[in-house]
Amino acid sequence: MDVHTDCLSADDSVGYAAAATDSRRTMRVGLFVTCLVDLMRPRVGFCALQLLEAAGAEVVVPHAQTCCGQPGYNSGDLTAARALARNLVGEFRDCDYVVVPSGSCAGMLRVHYPRLLGDDPEIAALAARTYELTDFLATVLPLSQPPGQFRGRITYHDSCSGLRELGVKTQPRTLLARLPGVELREMAEPETCCGFGGTFALKYGDISARLADDKCIQIEASGADAVVGGDLGCLLSIEGRLRRRGDMRTRVLHIAELLAGDGGDEPCK
Amino acid sequence: MQVTTLHFRRKAAENLANDQLQRALGRLKERFVGARAEALQDLPDFAQLREAAAAIRQHTLDHLDHYLERFEAEVIARGGTVHWAEDAQAVQRLVVEIARQHSAQRVVKSKSMVTEECAVNDALEAAGVEVMETDLGEYILQLAHEPPSHIVAPVVHKNKEDVADLFAQHHRRPRQTGIAELCREAREILRPHFLAADMGISGANFVIAETGSALIVTNEGNGRLATTLPRVHVAITGIEKVVPTLDDVSLLLRLLPRSATGQSITNYVSVLTGPKGAHDLDGPEHFHVILVDNGRSALLGTELEPMLRCIRCGACMNHCPVYQSIGGHAYGWVYPGPMGAVLTPSLVGLAEAIDLPNASTFCGACAVVCPVKIPLPDLMRTLRVRQLQQNLRPWRERLALRLWAWCAQRPRLYALLTALGARLLHLLGGRRGLIHRLPFAGGWTAGRDFPAPAGRTFRELYRARQPR
Repeated sequence: MDVHTDCLSADDSVGYAAAATDSRRTMRVGLFVTCLVDLMRPRVGFCALQLLEAAGAEVVVPHAQTCCGQPGYNSGDLTAARALARNLVGEFRDCDYVVVPSGSCAGMLRVHYPRLLGDDPEIAALAARTYELTDFLATVLPLSQPPGQFRGRITYHDSCSGLRELGVKTQPRTLLARLPGVELREMAEPETCCGFGGTFALKYGDISARLADDKCIQIEASGADAVVGGDLGCLLSIEGRLRRRGDMRTRVLHIAELLAGDGGDEPCK
Repeated sequence: MQVTTLHFRRKAAENLANDQLQRALGRLKERFVGARAEALQDLPDFAQLREAAAAIRQHTLDHLDHYLERFEAEVIARGGTVHWAEDAQAVQRLVVEIARQHSAQRVVKSKSMVTEECAVNDALEAAGVEVMETDLGEYILQLAHEPPSHIVAPVVHKNKEDVADLFAQHHRRPRQTGIAELCREAREILRPHFLAADMGISGANFVIAETGSALIVTNEGNGRLATTLPRVHVAITGIEKVVPTLDDVSLLLRLLPRSATGQSITNYVSVLTGPKGAHDLDGPEHFHVILVDNGRSALLGTELEPMLRCIRCGACMNHCPVYQSIGGHAYGWVYPGPMGAVLTPSLVGLAEAIDLPNASTFCGACAVVCPVKIPLPDLMRTLRVRQLQQNLRPWRERLALRLWAWCAQRPRLYALLTALGARLLHLLGGRRGLIHRLPFAGGWTAGRDFPAPAGRTFRELYRARQPR
């Protein structure tokens, strides 16, 4: 489908102006690991790192990064969100690009930081040079040969913020098509919310679990061996519901894990 | 209408377990989501139309006083009367006064959410006036003594078996289950009421400033009967429904039915202008418009103002995964779904609707489909900010938020705590790496396992890899 019809129109999100980089030196990419990947599945961070390096970037991982502030922002605590946003902006000041293995956190930096922090050229510049991982690897610094070795049928869940705030739809599929062993089987309604919604999953667990259940039904009907997505929050919710339904077979993988690894549990290089 | 929004959680849980409702909601999704997508195929310039529609609505709000006064002047010039109602009580008082003024004993109504909002039927009945809903859905709800669960398809929560039972019970006729037969039966029952009514009450999808007209879009024809047969027509609508010109309204009409039901146009589009003229064959002798504020003007000039652009198409709820799972009644007032999550707290008070702005995953589907570009998730977030500022959130949530924010601003402490957390959760996950029950996260683990973390944080592993 034409992704633009289902995205917020161009003026709703920040324009895609690429940061000016000097082509003679290596592109310096700051990896914002995200708090969920840091705590829950560090492998995703290492896979992202490996993919960015494979694409030719010099990757730095600022050490004092914690969280983008989205939980506070969406819970109405703008003071906390602003403080965390300023920290993050400072941490990534020296990077040509900020790349995030999450559409939700990338959307926070790209779309919401300028609203949260007001009219500040530094914020606008950071927003403009922030990319979701697959968006970056498909459009800014193309990764022609992902090293992933996964073989099997997969289905792709389009996480909401990446899809609707950043227009991430074709980018992961473009990259997946470069893996010879991967067969993409689209599930019905890949763009329907999985029900995670950050703190929503805790506050309204019953509604959240129902939406996750609807997603699991579509995943299982697709006949895929693995469900793949770009946001760990959604993936944890989907995996949790799949297992509770008794499905111990369907693998749940972040796209970075698929593009970089063999889909096994070994850490990425 | 009574506000029962405080029971959101309980009602949502009940509705999730109600299989019949779930089937009805499934049909709603199939019908409206697919139909809208198909209808938009005819509009290659949808994006531009949407821009223009949002701009018209915003322009009108920017000059609301001007257009309302113009509208009033045009209505008066054509022999009609405009009444201004500050709140629901004023609407009730005015409607009863108008009925008394014209000695109206029997009222027929076409569908109107504002009259639900202002409990107009109750007020008229209390004054001894008989009120008959004539929109099929609203009529069914009147028999069942239930509120609407959707602003376009008010009776979407019922199936035809429910309707057959209700009709058999109230009409005292043999029970029929065919949809065509049920419709015919309703028509036969309603027809004498149209003919006998002294007064017809309608809403207005728009009121047009340059002509002083009230415009209604309907599919059943009852709206036209209710507004032209009785001696008196009273149109009741919100002040924000004014549109400058007929041209403007024709643009909005390209989007409204397509967004609402997936129709390129509704079966009836009625432009009702003034009472019957000397040379008119039919029409009401008296034309009244009640313009209702009821909290709307308080949104002007605030962050919530874009909500007043709403044209009540219902696309946001049709596409909302939360609405699709819990249905409209859980929201506890006239307006459900994402638009209700903004409108209800705005109109009835933040404390009365504590869950509504929070019960959204912020998936953004509502904002994408809104024909007048209302940034619904942003408005819900604004309400969340206000809730927190007014200490309306539970203390445990506020404490957790404070602790999290405090730690996350201290990277060393944060690193230590997450490292401990990762280890602890990893242990709890056992051999399979799944946590079945987790204190403080019961909302998650009631319906899902919690996949355990790997045991070491990225930060730790990354540091270990760096050459010293």
